[in-house]
Formats: sequence, structure tokens, C-alpha cells
Amino acid sequence: MAVTNTLARRTVRADTDRPRDDGRPAFWLLLPTAVLLGAIMGYPVLRALWLSLFTENDIGTETNVFVGLRNYQRALFGSDAAQFWGSVGVTALFAVVTVALGMIIGLMFALVMHRRFRGRGLLRASVLVPWAIPTAVSAVLWQWMFQTDGIVNALIGHKIIWMGGVWSSRFAVIIADTWKTAPFIALLALAGLQLVPDEINEAARVDGAGPWQRFWRITVPMIRPTLAVALLFQIMGALRLYDLPAILTNGANGTTTVSLFAYQAAINQTKFGYGSALSTLTFVLIFLVGFGFVRVLGARVSQSAGAAR
Amino acid sequence: MTAAVTVEPTTSIGRRAVDLRKARSTVALLVEIAFVVLFCLFPFYWMLVSSLKAPNAIFNNDLLPASPSFVNFKALFGTQNSFVYPIRNSAIIAVVSTVIALLVAVFAAYALSRLRFRRKQLTLALILICSMFPGIAVLTPLFQLFTRLHWINQYQAMIIPDISFALPLGIYILTSFFTEMPWELEEAARVDGASRAQAFRMIIVPLAAPGVFTAAVIMFIGAWNEYLIASAMSIDLGSEPVTVAISKFTGASEFQQPFGTQMAAGVVVTVPLILVVLALQRRIVAGLTAGGVKA
Repeated sequence: MAVTNTLARRTVRADTDRPRDDGRPAFWLLLPTAVLLGAIMGYPVLRALWLSLFTENDIGTETNVFVGLRNYQRALFGSDAAQFWGSVGVTALFAVVTVALGMIIGLMFALVMHRRFRGRGLLRASVLVPWAIPTAVSAVLWQWMFQTDGIVNALIGHKIIWMGGVWSSRFAVIIADTWKTAPFIALLALAGLQLVPDEINEAARVDGAGPWQRFWRITVPMIRPTLAVALLFQIMGALRLYDLPAILTNGANGTTTVSLFAYQAAINQTKFGYGSALSTLTFVLIFLVGFGFVRVLGARVSQSAGAAR
Repeated sequence: MTAAVTVEPTTSIGRRAVDLRKARSTVALLVEIAFVVLFCLFPFYWMLVSSLKAPNAIFNNDLLPASPSFVNFKALFGTQNSFVYPIRNSAIIAVVSTVIALLVAVFAAYALSRLRFRRKQLTLALILICSMFPGIAVLTPLFQLFTRLHWINQYQAMIIPDISFALPLGIYILTSFFTEMPWELEEAARVDGASRAQAFRMIIVPLAAPGVFTAAVIMFIGAWNEYLIASAMSIDLGSEPVTVAISKFTGASEFQQPFGTQMAAGVVVTVPLILVVLALQRRIVAGLTAGGVKA
């Protein structure tokens, strides 16, 4: 009797303790977002998928001819395969090199910014400057600095014609992109470093761990979730690189990224069908990389995304 | 006596060694700081210096302009480039898209940070995916649609896509800000008889204002810096934002790129942003790192 009584009381309490469900207000609060994102992102993606099945030559001409998957065939195996896969390769190259450089430089900067000294705020503010400058402006700025008579050549003491060769052009894009992204990674890594409790480092130091050992055995494992998130964002950003090569090199000398390749077909040549196929391929490519990345580092990313919230 | 004599030098040697190590690490730290500052600021500094050099002096690579000249700034606002119009266009596009996206994002972030409902994690994941969306994926169909609607070279052709880029970012930043707010005050107001809407308006809005403002600044900078969509949707000074205008500047002859004028334009466009960023750096860093955020 007494047992059932307490059990009953317990279930009653459990009932009132059960998390309330705000499904209805949440629905209404999220509806505008869903409508906007659905209309401006969801619809165009589906529309691009549809358009990619047609040839369409010029603005205004409504002579769409259904061609099935021929636009995809053209890019993947057909007449443009070399150009398309070339742009995929260049995009991958830019992504791998800029993200690797950015992570190394960003982590180094974060370690400097993490030290205690006066004027730390000033240093943090200067790290924000490359982020605040529009990429289009920084592209023009680097174009100016990479002139043959420009400051870069003056500083290194060589007369390199940066925009003249394939690898120097690619290197110019990589430098300009790393300049913009590394400081940003530094900020993310710094946020991670600030979560590492001082006591752990101190305890390891007392136990005789050297600075190098402490860095690899304590700091790196502890900021790995933050770095994984930074890595994901930077890779996704690097894969859609457009502004820099479009302005700095206009895609010359093997610097055409997939975004730029799709843009040239869709907008410059107004081939909407083919351009849609290319932009759909770009989207699928980026989505697959992101998906694979989350699968490999999945638990860690979602964990730290949770911690970030 | 002898003991004291032998002890003293060892301690002073020890102290000197410690001092030396300390001095060396201070020097190392200063070198590291200098490197970080040079890396981040030198290109910006070079833009500033170049903008102050007259066309005949622009290629001399002096680290300080021998005789500062405002010729480039005059050319910028002269009839050839009429940079006032791109500034106006950018301001309109960025303000309108930020305001609309912010309004929508506040509601979504409130639901995501405060309400309990099923599939919340899924909703957040979807919004995160949207924030990593490649602009090129929506460009072609929107370009075709806007061409048909005769919206090319009009503000809405850039404002509408910009909203969709700013919105997921804003939701993410605001959700993390809202989660850390002292919501007990809302409960207290409700106990005192305020409705949910009243509690929101009178307690939460003032508390949330700094976070919302920071999110607005970050979203504004994103829209102000947008180039991909704008380069396709704008044709002339009637709607061109600053990013497109700067990349298209023309010089005296077609083969001579007017770098001085472009640098002056870059300075005009970025200095206000940098001042705002400097003033709000602590909050902006918090917002950016909380959101995880794209560059």
C-alpha cells in the first residue's frame, strides 16, 4: 500500500517534471526563417536541378530543349571534362594548402595571443582587420602588391612576374587567401585555448613536462574539438572560393575554381542549362566533402558545436 | 664567514640566469607580437600609404609617402568614378538585408534557445548547413528568375540573396548569445503577471540588445562585403555596390589599372568598418567564435 502510494506520487511528479513541449510557438517563430530559406535557398537549388536538364542559349529565348543528363555528361566526361576536372583539382589544391597554412599560422597566432601581456586587446583587434576587409578589396590590394614593380617583389628582392606563370599565380591566390583566413582561425583557436584550465598545464609542468610535451599532450588534445569546427568551416569556405581568383587573376594561369568555372558558363556566357549543371555539381561536391568530414570527425564536431552553444 | 662568501655569488649567478631567461622570453614574445601585427596589418597599411601617393610616385615603394597627396581621393569622387553612388548602393543593400534578416533571426533564435520542441538539433543542423551554402548554387536560377522579372540592376536582386546568407549566420550567433542570458528575469516578470510577449519586450529586449547589435554588425559586414551575387546582378552605378565598383574602376587608359584610386576606394570602404570592429572587438570575437562562422 505504502509502496504503491509512493510509486503513484513518483509518477505524478515525473509527469509534472516532464519537459514541456513548446512545439506550437516554436513552429510560428521558426516559420519566417523556413519560408525565407526555403524560397531563397531551397527553391533555387531545386530549380537549378531542373534547369540543368535543358539547353538554354540566351536570355529571353524560351527555346528550352530537354537534353536529360547531357549537360552533366559534357562536364564530367565530355568536351569540357578536362576544364571541369582541372577546376576541381585547383579548388582542392587551394583548399588543402590554404587550410593547412591557415591552421598552422592561426594556431601559432593563437598561442601568442593567449599569453598575458598588456595591449592584448589591441593585438586581437589587429587580427580582426583582415577579416573586416572585403575579399574583393583585398583581391585588388594583393593585385597591386603583386605588381612586378610592387612591394612584394621589393621586399623579397626578386623581380617575379606573379601573374605571368601558373604556379606563381596560384601561389598569389594562396597567399592572399591565407592572409584573410589565418587570422580568423587564430580567433577560433584562441577561444579554444581559453577553455583549457590553467591548472592542468600547471600540474603537468610540476610533474616535469616540458613546453613541447605540454603543447602536444595537453593543449592540442584539449582544443581538438574547436580546431575540428574551424577546419570544417575553413574547408567549406575554401571550396567555394570565388572572389579572389575572379578579381586577382580572373581565372588565368590555372586558377579557375569550380565556382568561377560555373559562373563563367552561367553568367558570362548565359548558358543557364549548362551553368545550372555546373553549379549543381559544385553544390554536390561541397556537400559531399562536408558530409564526409562530419562522418569522420562527426562525434567531435557535434560535441563542440554543442559546447559552443 | 667563508660559507657566506661562497653562497652569495651562486645566488646572484642564479638570479642573473633567471633574469636573462626572463629577458630572453620577453624579447621572444615581442618578436612574436610584432610578427602577428605585421602579418595582419602590413597589407592594410600599404593600402593606406598607396592611396596617399600621387600617380607619379605610386611605384616608388617608399614606406612613407614623401609628399602625401589626396589626388586619388579626389579622382574617386570625380565624375569618372562617382564613388558616392556605390557607397549609397552598398549602404542601402546592406542595411535593408541586415534589418530583415535580423528581425527574422531574432524570432528563430528565441525559439532555438528558449523553447523545448522535438527535432531542435535537426533544425540547428539544417541552419548550420545553410550557413555553409555555396553562393554559386543559387546564382544561376536566381539570375534567370530576376532577368525574367526585370530585376537585374535593382537593389532587391542583391538584397534577397544577401538575406539568405545573413540569416543562418545571425540565427547561430543570436542563439548562442540568448542561451547565455539571465532568463530567470523573464520568469520573474511572468510570475509578476507579465504575459510572455510583455516579458519579451520589457525584460528580454533590453538585455539582449548588445548581442543583437553585435550580430547586426557581423551580418552587415557580410552583406557589405558580398561580391559574387552582386557582380552578376548589378550592371552600372545605379545599383553597383562598392565591392563590384572597386574591381571595375577604370584609369586614364584602358591598359593602366588605376591602383591609386582603387587603394583610396579600399580605404574609404574599410576604415569605417575597421573603426567599428575596433570599438566592438571583444563582442565581435565572442560572436564570431560562438557562431563558429564562415570568414
